[in-house]
Amino acid sequence: MNENKTKLTEEEKKLFGDLMPEELDEIISSGLNRRHFMKLMGLASAGLLASHLIGAEQLFARSAEIGDIADLAPAAIENGINVSFKVNNTAKKVLIDSRATLLDTLRERLDLTGSKKGCDHGQCGACTVIVDGKRVLSCLTLAATCEGKSVITIEGLAKDNELNPMQAAFLKHDGFQCGFCTPGQICSAVALMKEAKEGQASFVTADVRQNQQSVILSDEEIAERMSGNICRCGAYPNIVAAIKEAQTGKNVEQTWLFAG
Amino acid sequence: MNDFNYTRVYSMDEALANVSLGKGHRVIAGGTNLIDLMKYFITTADELVDINPISEHQTIEELPDGRLRLGAFATNADTAYHPLVESRYPLLNRAILAGASAQIRNMATNGGNLLQRTRCYYFYDINTPCNKREPGTGCSAINGYNRTMAIMGTSEHCIAVFPSDMCVALAALDAVVNIVGPEGTRQLPFADFHRLPGNTPHIDNNLMDNELISSIDLPEKGFSSSYSYLKLRDRNSYAFALVSVATALDLEHGLIKEARIALGGLAHKPWRVQEAEDFLKGKQASKTNFEAAADLILQGAKSFEFNAFKIELAKRAIVRNCMMALDPDTQQPGAQPSL
Repeated sequence: MNENKTKLTEEEKKLFGDLMPEELDEIISSGLNRRHFMKLMGLASAGLLASHLIGAEQLFARSAEIGDIADLAPAAIENGINVSFKVNNTAKKVLIDSRATLLDTLRERLDLTGSKKGCDHGQCGACTVIVDGKRVLSCLTLAATCEGKSVITIEGLAKDNELNPMQAAFLKHDGFQCGFCTPGQICSAVALMKEAKEGQASFVTADVRQNQQSVILSDEEIAERMSGNICRCGAYPNIVAAIKEAQTGKNVEQTWLFAG
Repeated sequence: MNDFNYTRVYSMDEALANVSLGKGHRVIAGGTNLIDLMKYFITTADELVDINPISEHQTIEELPDGRLRLGAFATNADTAYHPLVESRYPLLNRAILAGASAQIRNMATNGGNLLQRTRCYYFYDINTPCNKREPGTGCSAINGYNRTMAIMGTSEHCIAVFPSDMCVALAALDAVVNIVGPEGTRQLPFADFHRLPGNTPHIDNNLMDNELISSIDLPEKGFSSSYSYLKLRDRNSYAFALVSVATALDLEHGLIKEARIALGGLAHKPWRVQEAEDFLKGKQASKTNFEAAADLILQGAKSFEFNAFKIELAKRAIVRNCMMALDPDTQQPGAQPSL
């Protein structure tokens, strides 16, 4: 790890000083590692404030940016391809196996494990990332086809310690339970905001012949447009509320539907 | 996935030169079906030819004679949201948006949509016999769990259905597929593009191994006044159709000048019955007439142990969708067509 870039800000020093005082020296001298992260996760489940955790995740995203890719390369690469692309606005050049999916490249080579491998067959949406402004499934995208493209993952949505409004809305509305589908849900929802702004219709939009300026998303529109992201915990009402709030900027109450 | 060599090509000529080299070449565009199949080893490739860098055939363009040309490499999403598709061919917009998810529609291309393979469970399970996957091994679906399988145009070798929604609308709109090969270009009417299983269920369509789809042409007539796409499936969204219906009507003084009814989820290709469309010509757009047309469409249906329900479901779907086509406003969520 490059020491320069993993240097902690005063804010971060305070954060880790508060949470893991015994690890602080190690983090300052040699950067963050997975053990620190697991410990952080443990603290989170014990009631750590979510905002602290996001600060820590930001630091992880930053340290991953300068991870020495050559060191992470697997022992054998068949039919190697050099791919240059941008990940979270940082230029990357990586030698990959021709079979490597974008998802595996992000997770195994670039150490960005926010994007999740759920089904690995394009049925669950947990791997959703944003490529050149559009949401796609990274498990069905070969990394080799990403030459020159710009990829945004969940790690790239916040600006420093400031959450993307969609992330904040998911936190506020508990738009998750186990959290596994959440990175995909949030990336999908962020891209959805742009689609709605551009007036793109969905299958439940009334009349596509009228070119709409921008779409205010109803519950039904959100459900249809987010149907590519499955949540096995069933946090859907909260996810819908979070997306509504992120779009309108107004407080949204959850709508609970009970069988009549 | 098996090991493969990966090649980027930058022109159609280069792509054709690559696919003409012989077997073992596969073309990748959106990859939404191909990568899935390769992960299961249902499809393998020695050489994967990436046609995404080709700058041609990426756009939707109106031709001087009024036809609309859909580039084979344009994505399903870009096609659905093209202003001319929305205004003149809303049936196509709706069929595309009924399929897959936003993520997949952003990746999948028009050419790839035509070439996608069946989602038959047995085709996907490499431990079971399947004539489509391994010719001559037998069909597991005929005596298996065949609830989602075909009821029209089946053979003793295969009862798989073609899964596309987009293609059901393209069939209804009388699209034409433009193909390029080593000997130049050729055109296939949409009805002749996909095949019935017959004795060769492993061959889905009439595109040769050394050919590529370059574009799909839509005739100028888009049926934008009376159209509807109805998709019935096991969940509300992001599921393949049990039955889907694309209806396009041309009405004059309450009488049907021309009717197009194409069905998905019923056969190895989008299904149209000329006799039923001829029957409706000149008749009143009434529920009774649509019921008679539905009977004509389904008269040759042959069901299997678990999919007999599809016959009645398809009939009702046809009638309902034709009534919805009379007033596309009834396609709003929760709206009921006046049956």
